[in-house]
Amino acid sequence: MDVSYLKQDKLLIIKFTEEIDHHTTEKIRRRADYEIERYIPRKIIFDFDKVSFMDSAGIGLLLGRYKNATALGSKVELENVNKNIYKILKMSGITRLIQIKEKGCA
Amino acid sequence: MLSKYDNEMRLEFLSKSANEAFARITVAAFASQLDPTIDEIADIKTAVSEAVTNCIIHAYEDTQGIIKLHCIIQDNSIIIEISDNGKGIEDVNIAKEPLYTSKPNLERSGMGFTIMESFMDKLSVESVLNLGTKVTMEKTIKKAKNILEEQENKCTTA
Repeated sequence: MDVSYLKQDKLLIIKFTEEIDHHTTEKIRRRADYEIERYIPRKIIFDFDKVSFMDSAGIGLLLGRYKNATALGSKVELENVNKNIYKILKMSGITRLIQIKEKGCA
Repeated sequence: MLSKYDNEMRLEFLSKSANEAFARITVAAFASQLDPTIDEIADIKTAVSEAVTNCIIHAYEDTQGIIKLHCIIQDNSIIIEISDNGKGIEDVNIAKEPLYTSKPNLERSGMGFTIMESFMDKLSVESVLNLGTKVTMEKTIKKAKNILEEQENKCTTA
C-alpha cells in the first residue's frame, strides 16, 4: 500500500498494491484508518490500479472506511477500478454511495 | 485411479487466511484447461474465495481445521465442491440472504453467497450443525465459437 498526501488540496491518495481479500484487509484497514485520522483529509482517493482481485471482504473494508471518513467530513472516491471489481461493487450497491472511476475511463 | 469424469482433483489445506489466495489461484489454474475467458476466471476465483473465507471465518471461527476442495471437469463445465468439518449453518436460507451476516462487527458485507450464486451457474449448500458444510458450485465455460455467435446475435438485434 502506497500512501501520499497533497497538503494544499488536503487530498489523501491510498494506492492499494495487493489483492484484497479477508487475509489482506486487516492490515489495510489498520493502515488506512491511521492515515485518515492523521491527516483528516478533505478527500480520500483509493487507487485500484494495481489491484487485480477483490472479493466481498473488500466491500466491508470500503464501507467501513467510507463510514469513518464521512464521520470526519471527508469525501471518498475510487479510481482505476477494473471491470471485474466494478461488478462486485455494483452488486453491493456501494456505487450509490461512493464515486467510482473505472480503469481506462477519463 | 479411474475417474468417471473428464478430469478431477482434490486438495486439503488448513483453514488459514493465507490459503484463500492459494485456493482460488489453484482452482483457476485447474479451470484454465477449459479455455475460459478472463472474466470467467475472475468469476470462479471470486466465488472460490468467498466459499473458502466462509469456512475460515464461520465454520472454524477461532479454531483451525481442514478445508477440502474437490474439482471436477465434465464436458464444458467445472464443478467445485468446498467442504469443512466446522460448526455448520443453522439456517442456510437465512445465511444466503443478501447482506445477511452473523458477524457484523467484523465489517463483513454479507455478500458471500450472493456473489457465489450470481458468479456461478449453480450453487447448492448442504450443512449439518456441528458436522460441517459443503458448498457445491458449477460453471459452464462458453466455447469461443458460442461467444462469437452471441456477439453476432447482439449486433443484429441491436
